Amino acid sequence: MIHTLPRQTSTSRLLLAITIPLAAALLFPTIYLALRAAQVPLDEAASYLTRAGTLRVIGRSLLLVATVSLASAAIGIPAAWLTARTDLRGRRMWTIALTVPLVIPSYVAALALVGAFGQRGFVQGWLEPLGVERLPSIYGFWGAWLSITLLAYPYVFLSVRAGLKGLDPSLEEASRTLGRSAWETFRRVTLRQLTPSIMAGVLLVALYTLSDFGAVAIMQYNVFTRAIYLRLSLDLETAALLSMVLVALSIAILAFVNRTEQRGSTYYAQRSARAPQRIALGRWHAAAQAFLALITLLSLIAPLGVLSYWLINGLQQGETLRDVIVPLQRSIRAAALAAVACGALTLPFVVLQVRYPSRVSHGLARAAYLGYALPGVVIGLAFVFVGARVLGTLRDWFGLTDYRSLGLLVAAYVVRFIPQAIGPARAALLQVNPHLEESALTLGRNRPRVFATITLPLMRPGLVAGVALVFLTAMKELPVTLLLAPSGYVTLATRIWSASSESFYARAAAPALVLVLISALSLVYILDTDD
Amino acid sequence: MTEIAVTCHTLSKSFGPVRAVESVSFRLERGQFLALLGPSGCGKTTVLRMIAGLERPDSGAIELAGRIVSDDRTFTPPDRRRVGLVFQDYALFPHLTVAENVAYGLPRGKERHAHVSELLSLVGLDGYGERYPRELSGGQQQRVALARALAPQPDVLLLDEPFSNLDVALRTQVREDVQRIIREAGVSAVLVTHDQDEAMSLADCIAVMFAGRIHQFGTPRVLYEAPVSRQVAQFLGDANLISGTARGRVAETALGDVPLRTPADGAVEVMIRPEAVKLHADNTGGAPATVQRTIYHGAHQTVWLALADGTLLKALAPADVEWRAGEQVRVGVRGAALAYPV
Repeated sequence: MIHTLPRQTSTSRLLLAITIPLAAALLFPTIYLALRAAQVPLDEAASYLTRAGTLRVIGRSLLLVATVSLASAAIGIPAAWLTARTDLRGRRMWTIALTVPLVIPSYVAALALVGAFGQRGFVQGWLEPLGVERLPSIYGFWGAWLSITLLAYPYVFLSVRAGLKGLDPSLEEASRTLGRSAWETFRRVTLRQLTPSIMAGVLLVALYTLSDFGAVAIMQYNVFTRAIYLRLSLDLETAALLSMVLVALSIAILAFVNRTEQRGSTYYAQRSARAPQRIALGRWHAAAQAFLALITLLSLIAPLGVLSYWLINGLQQGETLRDVIVPLQRSIRAAALAAVACGALTLPFVVLQVRYPSRVSHGLARAAYLGYALPGVVIGLAFVFVGARVLGTLRDWFGLTDYRSLGLLVAAYVVRFIPQAIGPARAALLQVNPHLEESALTLGRNRPRVFATITLPLMRPGLVAGVALVFLTAMKELPVTLLLAPSGYVTLATRIWSASSESFYARAAAPALVLVLISALSLVYILDTDD
Repeated sequence: MTEIAVTCHTLSKSFGPVRAVESVSFRLERGQFLALLGPSGCGKTTVLRMIAGLERPDSGAIELAGRIVSDDRTFTPPDRRRVGLVFQDYALFPHLTVAENVAYGLPRGKERHAHVSELLSLVGLDGYGERYPRELSGGQQQRVALARALAPQPDVLLLDEPFSNLDVALRTQVREDVQRIIREAGVSAVLVTHDQDEAMSLADCIAVMFAGRIHQFGTPRVLYEAPVSRQVAQFLGDANLISGTARGRVAETALGDVPLRTPADGAVEVMIRPEAVKLHADNTGGAPATVQRTIYHGAHQTVWLALADGTLLKALAPADVEWRAGEQVRVGVRGAALAYPV
């Protein structure tokens, strides 16, 4: 059979024909949101954005981002150094313990902190006999700062740890032989080379802080995400305006992340095979252990302890675990649909970008990465707009009374989480030698057959990792689920949310523990990249 | 009538502004072994990929075993061309066993299993069928790649630098094995290589390529003895190029009067192979020269000489006489030389 065109270009055309509408669909809600925000008359927009209330929201957000970033660096850098470069006992255990908080949903951690330090909390109970009648309120800035810091510092920890492991120890040795003391060497050689890793970690913390909804909502601290959520029921247009400001800030941070990553790669490009000599902590050993123990106590043991106490207490008072099963099933169903959809939709983007690189294919991949730049609340809001205004017209034709649906929820999950699936899938395909596919072609197998028998089996580990990661993250997603889940479709996340807003903490305990357990599974993938 | 396995007719291909292949034409008879020889980046691999159908030519035509597979209007995709391809990196499917790799291009059927065993024994890998590629040595992987490419009985076998990933010590042995296997299979083959030694020892004919064009096409003997240009002469073996003035069948050079194989006139460069430089043991006749340096190889020796005007000359001499640096000798030329106009 003879074709009038080479298969190669007809394949890339087919891929383009699939990916362009997909990319458009991924972008559409956000563009629609931006268009709606742009429809607000300029003077109205300006007066709303410069109102004292709005300025306070901006100020609070920036304050929280700055203080959480600083605190995360203060915890993450020494912790990384202790586990990577010293003779600290239990380094492997500490590394895991210090990484786990990364996967705890922020609303769970915040809820546990309320349980520990709140007005009827444990600490208050222990201190009352000592004459402390009232702890300062955990709600507001301090609660938000503490809960986000305790969850986000692992970004700095992991990034700096990787940086330290990549350093060439002979540079430090050279500095010592040139007559510099240990401290001077650390300051002038080690720290200078670590700057890109520190920056990368801190910027990820900043991005996390800016986009977090769960902790600030529970701590009732009115930053962007919470303000948008609250405006939503009052006035969609100003909520859209606020979202645009938040997106602009996120994109600015992301641009910084990209820049430090590019520059950082030149710093420790040359890897040394030799492991550096570990520094003996000597009499500082006890202090180091105490420091890490305190961090782990606050970020891991306290939340788990509070949740376990609530669970046992609740069970004794007649709560049953059966209430967890239906939300668990619903969480799994929505997350699994999103994960499978992300896995399938990832393929055309990845194949086009890796096998047919061009400005167009890179641009299309960018569209798929949009979810990284958008806080969950913004994606939720964008879909509310689309659901309410665009799908709403269908109501007249089909008698739909509510735009919220499982389909819309899964679609929003896909926009939010598809970058997590694309990353590993792309890395996996980059590992597949194109000569393998070309060999298979010359052996008489057509392109679909080659893809099914050679490409797909070889990129499967990366694809599965990405799908699993999407599943685990979608399980604990809160803001999008709150905004888009059909009424009555209670998932683990929304069940914790409603239990907390009604102060029914015992009811939140079981779903929260289940979520923490499930989230811990995603650690397998995070730690995998570490060692 | 001899059958033609491959015909390339005025093939051209550009990648953006880079003209990778320009008007390449050649013809390969059935059962013959052709080497595309040239420095890296000369376009030889692109020619191979166009024959395989992995690149589409901008213009020109390709005919495989009498079928037009590529011209202005038609393009047969690689899976319908009946070509076998062996890559430099072998490209064995890492998730399949050796037997599954070899069977990949075979149709399903009862004979499949027998055919695979037959091929594995042809390449000397009986009993290796259940292994995975990563468990084999480089030479063994290469033979699996060869067996896999030969399995669907292709009309032509394409080999892209197949020996360059092997240890030098292994290379000669593997080269001989591959030559034997290809001859036994009776298949036409096109080899891409930058190694003139490899091309000369394996191929029936060689196409020498520079900058996207074929400069010369011929048997190894013709290419070595009668290179059409300085470039070809220097690429195939060592060549001394000495400037001189030609008058008909003789050229005046620092080496004295050198007889020419073909008449020429005016300024020329005379090409003399090192083995054609003759050192006069009795120190009479020829032109005077000073020995600069010698390398002793056992069976023979390389002698660097400086002529009276400073021209450097490389000579390959028998090892029986020991020459010392600084020694005055007299040199001449054996046989007639080629001259290239300047």
